[in-house]
Amino acid sequence: MIPRSFEYFAPRTLDEAVLLLGKLGPEAKILSGGQSLIPMMKLRLAAPPYIIDINRIPDLNYITELNGFLRIGALARESDFEVSPTVLSRYPILMDTTVVIADPLVRNQATACGNIAHGDPANDHPATMLALGASIIAVGPSGEREIPIGSFFTSLFTTALQPDEILKEIKVPIPAPSSGGAYLKIKRKVGDYATAGVAVQITMNGAGVCQRAGIGLTNVGFVPLKAKEAEAFLTGKPLDDATIKRAAELAAGESQPIDDIRGTADYKRDLVRVLTVRALNRALKRANGGA
Amino acid sequence: MAKIGIKLKVNGVERAAEVESRLLLVHFLRENLRLTGTHVGCDTSHCGACTVVLDGRAVKSCSVFAVQADGREILTVEGLEQDGKLHVIQEGFFQEHGLQCGFCTPGMLMTGYAFLKSNSNPTEDEIRHAISGNLCRCTGYVNIVKAYQYAAAKLREGGEK
Repeated sequence: MIPRSFEYFAPRTLDEAVLLLGKLGPEAKILSGGQSLIPMMKLRLAAPPYIIDINRIPDLNYITELNGFLRIGALARESDFEVSPTVLSRYPILMDTTVVIADPLVRNQATACGNIAHGDPANDHPATMLALGASIIAVGPSGEREIPIGSFFTSLFTTALQPDEILKEIKVPIPAPSSGGAYLKIKRKVGDYATAGVAVQITMNGAGVCQRAGIGLTNVGFVPLKAKEAEAFLTGKPLDDATIKRAAELAAGESQPIDDIRGTADYKRDLVRVLTVRALNRALKRANGGA
Repeated sequence: MAKIGIKLKVNGVERAAEVESRLLLVHFLRENLRLTGTHVGCDTSHCGACTVVLDGRAVKSCSVFAVQADGREILTVEGLEQDGKLHVIQEGFFQEHGLQCGFCTPGMLMTGYAFLKSNSNPTEDEIRHAISGNLCRCTGYVNIVKAYQYAAAKLREGGEK
């Protein structure tokens, strides 16, 4: 399958890329990993007349902790997460997420920032970043701005990025001590999108009480969802089985799945319930120092 | 649409070409360079038959534009054999009967080549994980796993590349 013709640009700096984007207008598309964009172009679901390839811009491939935040650069590949000592030692939830995305070959090209910028509710990083309370650094003609992840996904395949902005970085607050997270996804086979997925990030205090809970849901709505009622319910409570069970019911109630080839809405809602219980238990174990 | 000049190294040989921006790397390899060992299987980024090694990483060449490979280095299945001697991963497929129809084999070989460079002592589970982006409809994967194990053992004893 052959994509429609397009004009190709490979800027060498981010400033140059922003200038190009401003000049070419909203029909131009940014190419990073290209593992969603190129297949869509081959199917002609997308036919952008201009492609701005940011892969030749130096210094955008980083996963590093700096000034209280984990910073993930626009060109950090999924497979880079799998070998990052920072991710391996301190962010098991990111490892959970990366390894269930597509397959190892796709992950050698695909980027986490692209996974977010694409605005696909079936993608996996959005739920995880919602749970982690991340923010998005966008760069445009008037400089950088920070967008909280909670207001980033505006509708199906649509984000808060303006047409003249490029997603430069995902910024994750370094979790407080006694924090833990997990991402769980049910899929039919390797490479499939989630039938449903749940990301959980919690912070406990010394007395076993939950101080903060973040819960993100994958592919059970037209945008990635944040299970706010379940989060609020957990906050200030010890995480015993009854509390976890109730929070999972709330999260399931907040999901908005539809019937499709991956299952009925009822089935997916129940998956959210089951996965939330499992993810909370795993996150709790990790918050207590387990694996 | 104006064509774009690219220069890249394929199997150790410098190549230059003028290509359309929309030309996929797999078509560049097969049609411009006539390196037809790299196969087009599904054409929808699922099957991995088109896998090549791009700057050391195994990627699906149906999901990369040829212009993206400008200035970079590519290894295809044709580049595995050196001086008439099969690479150990090829030898593994030969010895362990790692193929039947052979359609997925170039992709399986290139994934294996890159994978064993970073892990020459893999568990069976790690191998199965590594080939999860390469579909084979004949073998049931059992002998492919054995072929990887054969190659890994050879790499460990021989210190070959």
